[in-house]
Amino acid sequence: MPERPIEEGLFVDDRAGRTRLIGGSCPACGRVHFPRAAHCPWCGARGVVERLLSPEGTLWGWTEVTAAPPGYEGPVPYHLGVVELPDGIRVVTRLVADAADELRFGAPMRAVTDAVAEDPDGTVVLSWAFTPTGGRP
Amino acid sequence: MTVVEVAGVGLHPFGRFDTTLTELGVTAVRAALDDAGIHGRDGFQAAFCGTAYGGVAAGHKVLAALGLTGGPIVDVEAGCASGAAALMLAASAIRAGQYDTVLVFGIEKMPKGIIRSSFFEPWRERAGLAATPAYFALRAQRLMRDSGVTREDLAAVVVKNRRHGVANPDAMFRREVRPEEVLASRVVCDPLHLWMLCSPNEGAAAVVLRRGPATRGAVRVEAAVLRSHLPGNVLGEATPLCGLVSDDVPAPSTLAADDAYEAAGLGPEDLDVVECQDTDAARELLAYEELRLCPPGRSAAMLRAGETALGGRLPVNPSGGLLSKGEPLGASALGQVVELVRQLQGQAGDRQVDRARVGLAHTVGRGANASVTILRR
Repeated sequence: MPERPIEEGLFVDDRAGRTRLIGGSCPACGRVHFPRAAHCPWCGARGVVERLLSPEGTLWGWTEVTAAPPGYEGPVPYHLGVVELPDGIRVVTRLVADAADELRFGAPMRAVTDAVAEDPDGTVVLSWAFTPTGGRP
Repeated sequence: MTVVEVAGVGLHPFGRFDTTLTELGVTAVRAALDDAGIHGRDGFQAAFCGTAYGGVAAGHKVLAALGLTGGPIVDVEAGCASGAAALMLAASAIRAGQYDTVLVFGIEKMPKGIIRSSFFEPWRERAGLAATPAYFALRAQRLMRDSGVTREDLAAVVVKNRRHGVANPDAMFRREVRPEEVLASRVVCDPLHLWMLCSPNEGAAAVVLRRGPATRGAVRVEAAVLRSHLPGNVLGEATPLCGLVSDDVPAPSTLAADDAYEAAGLGPEDLDVVECQDTDAARELLAYEELRLCPPGRSAAMLRAGETALGGRLPVNPSGGLLSKGEPLGASALGQVVELVRQLQGQAGDRQVDRARVGLAHTVGRGANASVTILRR
């Protein structure tokens, strides 16, 4: 089945085939944000430039969503959490975990894609997500 | 500085009803105007109505039903702080000399279930990233890690507030609950169980503010502050998709509290009673810390010592809180103010806080907007 990202401009596959979030870097304050915005959300400056974020980070928080929230048609339950990236930001993300005990504070995580919906023509709709690499915190 | 006093208060109970939004508002407004001794449209010069889901000119419809239109009527939306934002505008207008008497009210009929909000982009909902209780849960998990709060503490907040709510005839839930019942309720988003989350519902509250010189024994508005968030906190109520790797972004509740303490010339040690945002059980404990009711990391200790229960050093949510009353967004902040006025007037019945002279009301939510109102008698 064909696939598409849920929204353009959120994530891409890099040349090494890794999922990378598309962030923005501020020319004024030097800080990074996601998703890339026209104005830096931290200082309001213009001229933000695109920056692919690190594909790896560490787990900062997680929970399990047990009932489908409004507007969501994907599988339930699913994990939602926050991953801290070396770029200096924490990103809200879906989590793909085989077992809940894989999710621990500081667990190494890498970016992947995750099917969250299907268009009427059968196209699979992908979100970004993070999954444990299996390494130790 | 100009004294702003509370001339009257009124409430429609919080719950689920067959009445229209307008009728809810009519009940609360009528009661507040009667309490203030106001009869007719000449009794106030302006009205501010807090509502988030009320639709176009919702406040206008309430006053039209009472034959009280003619003055300016402004609907105010600031998420969970909508009613407090309306109160801030009214108090500011009186202090500025624009009006002598202003009607403030809040009305809401919330949709049922997890609240759908126009706040999120459709793709974010479709990705499952608009799950509001999940953000409450992530915040609860960090509070447990940072402040040593346990699951039992979260249950204890519910037990405390539900016990308080038994004595509140305007609350939706008026039955005491046991900790094991709370922990046996369904897990919505770990660590939060269903009974640790407040129920969105319906209700209305109204407050009439009047310029002093103060009537003897009247409740005065010492501060009415609204603040929004500073960017950077990934788990802030603004629910962004990213935040900075930094834990020292001041919370909007702290910004509002500090402004309010300064405006009132008071500190947290001067408070006798608090009504705070207990959207979920962890949110109440976080409020203790953000409002500086306890030192950072000491919220669980404050709860465990019984300090925030009725009879304790600083009772929090003697009304039963949102966990007992439910949360009608536009009305909830003014519901807190009505409760504090009754407490300060010694008219809170079986949930009366002894010798209450200074009260603080706090809301925080979508936006993110946070409000802190300080009343003194």
